[in-house]
Amino acid sequence: MAKSLFDKIWDAHVVKAIPGGLEVFYIDRHLIHEVTSPQAFDELQERGLPLSRPKQILATADHNVPTRNQHLPIQDPLSRSQVDKLTENCAKFGVELFGLGHQYQGIVHVIGPELGVTQPGMTIVCGDSHTSTHGAFGAIAFGIGTSQVTQVMASQCLLISRPKRMRITVDGELRPGVTAKDIILYIIAQLGTGGATGYFVEYAGSAIRSLSMEGRMTVCNMSIEMGARGGLIAPDATTFNYLKGRPYAPQGERWEQAVAYWQTLYSEEGAEFESELTFDAAAIAPMITYGTNPGMGIALNSSIPVLGTDGEAASFNKSLAYMGFKPGESLLGKEINYVFIGSCTNSRIEDLRAVAAYVKGKHKAQHVEAIIVPGSKLVEKQAIEEGLDQVLAEAGFELREPGCSACLAMNDDKIPAGAYCVSTSNRNFEGRQGPGARTLLASPLVAAITAVEGRIVDITQYVN
Amino acid sequence: MEKFQTLRSGVVPLPIENVDTDQIIPARFLKSTTREGFGQNLFADWRYQPDGQPKADFVLNNPRYQGQILLAGKNFGCGSSREHAAWALYDAGFKVVISSYFADIFRGNALNTGLLPLQVSDEVLQGLFRQIELEPETQLVVDLPSQTLSIPVWDAAIGFELDAYKKECLINGYDDIDYLVSQRDAITTYEQLRKWVF
Ligand code: SF4
Repeated sequence: MAKSLFDKIWDAHVVKAIPGGLEVFYIDRHLIHEVTSPQAFDELQERGLPLSRPKQILATADHNVPTRNQHLPIQDPLSRSQVDKLTENCAKFGVELFGLGHQYQGIVHVIGPELGVTQPGMTIVCGDSHTSTHGAFGAIAFGIGTSQVTQVMASQCLLISRPKRMRITVDGELRPGVTAKDIILYIIAQLGTGGATGYFVEYAGSAIRSLSMEGRMTVCNMSIEMGARGGLIAPDATTFNYLKGRPYAPQGERWEQAVAYWQTLYSEEGAEFESELTFDAAAIAPMITYGTNPGMGIALNSSIPVLGTDGEAASFNKSLAYMGFKPGESLLGKEINYVFIGSCTNSRIEDLRAVAAYVKGKHKAQHVEAIIVPGSKLVEKQAIEEGLDQVLAEAGFELREPGCSACLAMNDDKIPAGAYCVSTSNRNFEGRQGPGARTLLASPLVAAITAVEGRIVDITQYVN
Repeated sequence: MEKFQTLRSGVVPLPIENVDTDQIIPARFLKSTTREGFGQNLFADWRYQPDGQPKADFVLNNPRYQGQILLAGKNFGCGSSREHAAWALYDAGFKVVISSYFADIFRGNALNTGLLPLQVSDEVLQGLFRQIELEPETQLVVDLPSQTLSIPVWDAAIGFELDAYKKECLINGYDDIDYLVSQRDAITTYEQLRKWVF
């Protein structure tokens, strides 16, 4: 029977199926960070269990870390103790750690791919929902809770049931100024935050194929925002070219073998999907969100919907009240106080280049605070090598050190209550960027233009 | 994990849809390295003023609503994978969350914490919200072995679905780790077959 990409990888990782539908599912790579791992390490020790496969785990410190003065001890005692605990645990259990100060430190979903740790055909988990990012390489990658982190530590396996399959095809050519971020914000706006719950999504179609690896990662990253377990894209020449020569990618003869295997990873003609959706790339406009979940997105130049009195009205109104917006109004002209360019969705070199290319020779608006937080030390290094730091500094953007930063505001990078922030991150939940903060999700290009204009504009006039 | 058999309890209604895990437990409270104590910050930004005073209009601060069952709007627990959300609910005394839809990761995390995510239809959920609004002291009975949710005032009982293995785990207080560790031989055999990946 014709097999989907998802089934090929899934089937290859079933150690054992048990009656009732659960399967013992093997995990190739386990990524950990300071927030969701300490309780798992403790549990392991309390049960007197060894760490099953330390060599298949990679650790980094990202969620809590400051984005200034990373060479100094972390000021916040709680953040410091979490990061210290990770360091201790990694040393004790023999796990490779890219902690603060390491040349490879960065956001867990940025460093996995850029180091070549993430590879096609693998299963990858992390105690973080945006693990779906790694699916861009044709891997089955998904977020897990801390109890599952413990399970993988103890056995290198999970006990899970197979999700349903969904294929989302985006065909055609993107209009100018429309990026990977707009594609995924558009899809989520169509499906809603629970629209893909229970599914694993394969993204296909010519518009997806034409994306760079960075763009594909942006798309897969936000799969979870429509409830999907994860998202993936069949690997192709773009994938192989990206991986070749990366520090943890296979080398020499093993590279050849790997590519030969990776080329078998695609959905065969006639493969089955429980759900199939198709979108026209040309219908997608630059997007922005106006509410408090990522499904509340609109084309920049359209208006906030007016919702009737159906079941969702209370939640909708609550959300708009939080944002300080009214049903039916346009966002154009709204003044913005902060612009945050960063997070595992959009903090890669291509994102920084896009921002720098636009702001070169321009300056941010006086009242806007614009911060750029690279996804990793390697991204930061490359930005500096390419002179992007200069361009950004001249435009009044502050280039910080790598970490999750204002994506979830666990460190000092918080947006004050009531302030508006155009953010390239993935979540606009109430308080996500700090208590009372109002987040509008958008692409790096929209963020850059907003920073310069100081208000929301219809970017189509700026990109033509 | 604690055992779960049956529960008779009052209900705390939260008729909001898409409640995400950032609301259940905001990120700034995730800095602990243990599992305990998250309950005091459950729904922190909805429950307290910035100065820490309780907000009178939030349901957890309303003494009329008491119980170990949270009745929540559709798509409960979306967003982050933080198991801390399930820990916070459990730590605050909840044993069951009833909704018409749960986000995948939250459902798994809840089951691994000993918190029962009980899914009902949209109609039943709306009916329950109305019932609790009319009679806040309404009690519900959740019986796990028979997989039924009884609503004594309606003289009705509804079945609910749950994976058979997960049900056994909850009833007996077992978790997946013991099972997985017992599969070590099968796992090693599997690894030898596909070693080349590394
Ligand atoms: S950048 Fe944001 S979404 Fe990504 S891993 Fe960090 S906190 Fe999570």
